Amino acid sequence: MNDQRLEFNRRDCVKTAGPITGAAVISVPPLIDARDAPPSRVSMNILINGKPCSFTVDPRMTLLDLLRERIGLTGTKKGCDHGQCGACTVLVNGRRINSCLSLALTNDGETITTIEGLAVGDQLHPLQTAFIECDGLQCGYCTPGQICSAAGLLREAAQERTELTDDEIREQMSGNICRCGAYPGIVEAIHKVYRQSRGSDDSAAGRG
Amino acid sequence: MFPFEYERPTQQDKVIDSLSRSHRTKILAGGTNLVDLMKNGVEQPERLVDINRLDLTGIVQLGDGRVRLGALAHNSDTANHPLIREHYPLLSQAILSGASPQLRNMATNGGNLLQRTRCYYFTDPGFPQCNKRLPGSGCGALEGFNRIHAILGSSRQCVATHPSDMCVALAALDASVRVQNSKGIRTIEFSKFHRLPGDTPSVDTNLEPDELILSIDLPPSPFASHSHYLNIRDRASYAFALVSVAAALEMDGEKIQSARIALGGVAHKPWRATEVENELVGRRAARSAFESAARLAVRDARPLNHNMFKVELVPHAIVRALSLAGGVA
Repeated sequence: MNDQRLEFNRRDCVKTAGPITGAAVISVPPLIDARDAPPSRVSMNILINGKPCSFTVDPRMTLLDLLRERIGLTGTKKGCDHGQCGACTVLVNGRRINSCLSLALTNDGETITTIEGLAVGDQLHPLQTAFIECDGLQCGYCTPGQICSAAGLLREAAQERTELTDDEIREQMSGNICRCGAYPGIVEAIHKVYRQSRGSDDSAAGRG
Repeated sequence: MFPFEYERPTQQDKVIDSLSRSHRTKILAGGTNLVDLMKNGVEQPERLVDINRLDLTGIVQLGDGRVRLGALAHNSDTANHPLIREHYPLLSQAILSGASPQLRNMATNGGNLLQRTRCYYFTDPGFPQCNKRLPGSGCGALEGFNRIHAILGSSRQCVATHPSDMCVALAALDASVRVQNSKGIRTIEFSKFHRLPGDTPSVDTNLEPDELILSIDLPPSPFASHSHYLNIRDRASYAFALVSVAAALEMDGEKIQSARIALGGVAHKPWRATEVENELVGRRAARSAFESAARLAVRDARPLNHNMFKVELVPHAIVRALSLAGGVA
């Protein structure tokens, strides 16, 4: 479905974004009427990992394809492309979603965080550190989705004041499949960061 | 994916206008089911109306005690809302037993009602026969692999089941659906919202083509302290129900004052087991009473080659759900 070549790399994205940096959410015309525009191209603005970006997209493009093919953010993986594996998990306004089932245009004006946006400079996100320390991966293909999903989970647990047992973590991570079977390490890593976040007011889990 | 025109109105009237203009217009909310089916070519809308800018996300208690769930409130927000947790724990439980956290964050309440069946012969256009996808082409499941299919209310045209867990709880709770069309607003009882396949299985619901769901309304519930949603799946989580039961009891001491039983995974719509409900009224909440009543649920069952196990499973699941609801497990 993706008929566009890589006409937009990360540097272009930042360059375009320059003049409008600082506007977290960019206002857009309320009604995009396909009759007024060339039928298959619609413009959109989006904040990706803190950088405002503007695109003109085919309405068929998913958020996943926008991230990977147009912006070059290939950390987010395409697994099943049908919402069943979770490899494409990203955070939209802090909430975890399957980017393969979300049309790019639906995210106009939203704030997206991908695996590339979790670390601060050279300082890894606590979940990234914990996944390494706890062997929460083998081949690594599902890992960006696992970590973004875990970031979403820790945020949900903080908001809902849910007690996260290992069983609860397994249930709440059921949307992320790991074919290598690194589940014990994944659960351990999430539990570790959960404990850390509960142990300090400066919630590590709140990041992302 | 086939090309389509995309629009994103901010007013409900514009949505109704678009729906009235062409029957090949589809509404896009969470997109978890529609976008997936569009990728496969099962759905081929010529126009997509993205309603995510409409103001339909609220969950509020109305003056008369009912609770109104906005059509665009996400499934996760609905399940975790304090009003729902306190007054309708059955609904919270049902929602949280379906899909994955990511999907529940995307999926909306209105969209949940309009999910299409997960019958493989419907979702895979590689199969030439499906009366729901291609009216008149036949039913691939009838003589094919039909383990997940219906045992109640099916027809020779279609043996598909409705996939929602949320809707099973809504059926038990006697919800209603508020919809808008070009003439105004009307309310559809939940039991009349989804339909049985009959000779027109391509039509899932009694929603008219130009109608927009505004909200799902829940009447005050006497069942909050005695309810349970039991979901029986092929794996412990993130799978569609083979059989599910929403059980709710209104108790007067040890006596059952009224009961609600709705079943998922057994029919083309969430299935109310009214005979079981009536049988339970006035009885003491005990396993023996549950067992004799539960058998009534499958009296009219018509199983297929691979789903006969559901005829056994349904009564057992009802007994289990009632026992947990009544605290006699």
